[in-house]
Amino acid sequence: MTVLVEANHLSRYYGSQCAVDDISFTLHRGEVLGLLGPNGAGKTTTMQMLCGNLAPSAGQILINGVDLLDRPKEAKRHLGYLPDTPPLYRDLTVNEFLAYCAELHGVDKKAIPGAVKRVQERCGLDEVRDKLIGNLSKGFQQRTGIAQAILHSPKVIILDEPTVGLDPLQIREIRALIRELGREHGIILSTHILTEVEESCTHVQIIHQGRLVLHETIAGLQRHMHSCTLEVITRIPPDLKALSALPGVLSVEPLAGTRLFVHHGVDDNPAKQIAELVVASGWGLEELVPVKKSLEDVFIQLTWETEADSE
Amino acid sequence: MKMAFTIAAREFKSLFLSPLAWTLLAILQAILAFLFLTQVEAFNMLQPKLAGLDNAPGLTDIVVTPLFGNAGIIFLLVTPLLTMRLITEERRNKTMALLLSAPVSNAEIVLGKYFGVVGLLWVMVVLTALMPLSLLVGGDLDLGKLAANLFALALLAAAFAATGLYTSCIASHPTIAAMTAFGLLLLLWILDWTAGMGEQRAYVFEYLSILRHFQNLQSGLVSTADAAYFLLFTAVFLVLSIRRLDYDRLQK
Repeated sequence: MTVLVEANHLSRYYGSQCAVDDISFTLHRGEVLGLLGPNGAGKTTTMQMLCGNLAPSAGQILINGVDLLDRPKEAKRHLGYLPDTPPLYRDLTVNEFLAYCAELHGVDKKAIPGAVKRVQERCGLDEVRDKLIGNLSKGFQQRTGIAQAILHSPKVIILDEPTVGLDPLQIREIRALIRELGREHGIILSTHILTEVEESCTHVQIIHQGRLVLHETIAGLQRHMHSCTLEVITRIPPDLKALSALPGVLSVEPLAGTRLFVHHGVDDNPAKQIAELVVASGWGLEELVPVKKSLEDVFIQLTWETEADSE
Repeated sequence: MKMAFTIAAREFKSLFLSPLAWTLLAILQAILAFLFLTQVEAFNMLQPKLAGLDNAPGLTDIVVTPLFGNAGIIFLLVTPLLTMRLITEERRNKTMALLLSAPVSNAEIVLGKYFGVVGLLWVMVVLTALMPLSLLVGGDLDLGKLAANLFALALLAAAFAATGLYTSCIASHPTIAAMTAFGLLLLLWILDWTAGMGEQRAYVFEYLSILRHFQNLQSGLVSTADAAYFLLFTAVFLVLSIRRLDYDRLQK
């Protein structure tokens, strides 16, 4: 597989404050890498460095094998970038704007109308192509921003929160588009939304306080999200002692009403035994679901781990 | 360098998409037309007296030179308004990222923006020349002198635009960029005033003054020194602008 992006020991300081601390990773063709992290974690700074908008304080970036700092013009040919605020000229029409972007990215003059038309179809901009960008809704503006990033079919596409401001239907379309693009290109996208990562990405990175705390495939992330808790709801209050006595159950935590959490060991899941016991005792089983950890939980766990490590 | 022309063409067209360029062109024409008519009237009044003089100033000296001199002052007011948005607006609208992540160097961005605005200013210069040219219908003009005036005003516009572009690079708000450019240009324009102070003359100030070089060219004396002054002036501010964009990438 071709390596499209190689970031080696990237660091970035704003004055004495460290925004990105020694991040290294690679992106191959056919991968969609999701950057996750809370606000101010360094996601946008990392992306800005990858796109040459910001010079790293230390480290090296290779885009398709070309050093971004030594030969920026050549490296940027392979880049498409959508910043967190789409860079749009409000007093141009969608057509004019995209044609200008194509020219800026060195698309051959004769190929421009074709390229613009293709990307408009892909991003669903056909109906608004002669409208002024300033008059478009947020969703269409966002799509124009995405169109601008993929117009010259760059090898590496970097999207900073691409689905912000879109309605659920559009979000689905854009995610499908990202998956489709991900087959032939390498994509890096940042987001707060976990489902977005699960749906569109092949790899995940979690950044916290400028440091990389997790670099995993999607399967790896799901392992992290798997927790050792079952949520049980019954019709009449069950006998907690009987439940605690089941093999594999570590503790039982009653919640409001007839809801309770059953914590169990990593290796044995007592779901079957619980169901049998509840049914046999006639407590009336209404719900039995594994509690999935949210991104926040995974996140907190990971950041605790790293903080504990550094101490 | 091809990219610089792409950006310049876009900038030039964009200026005409907003009412700003049209308004400025209209106001410039209205004021210059008024001044032009006053000068022509003055020439009509003076003509009998001038006829009796040896080596008297001609139509060109009485109409064209003052007209271009006044056009210079109007440019001093107008250029900061045109240039103030060049970079500040890109930053404020977050569109700078588009240019920065495209395969375009900072020098090309600066030159592109610069030539876009200079293009409009040169259109204004040409429009200014049309009024004196209309005198050819009924009189004789010193075309060499008119050409020198055109050249002087074109160089002046180029220097003003470069200053405006630089202040637009350093300021965070268009108004501040305009004020700074205007202040700087006005100061350089009036530096020459110390020339009148007898013993205390400051030759450095005299040399730095824009007005002095502009008037030398206007008088029809096209010397390399004066042309070089304007070209150096322009180059300095363009280089400073490029440096400023480089610095943005590093610091921020």
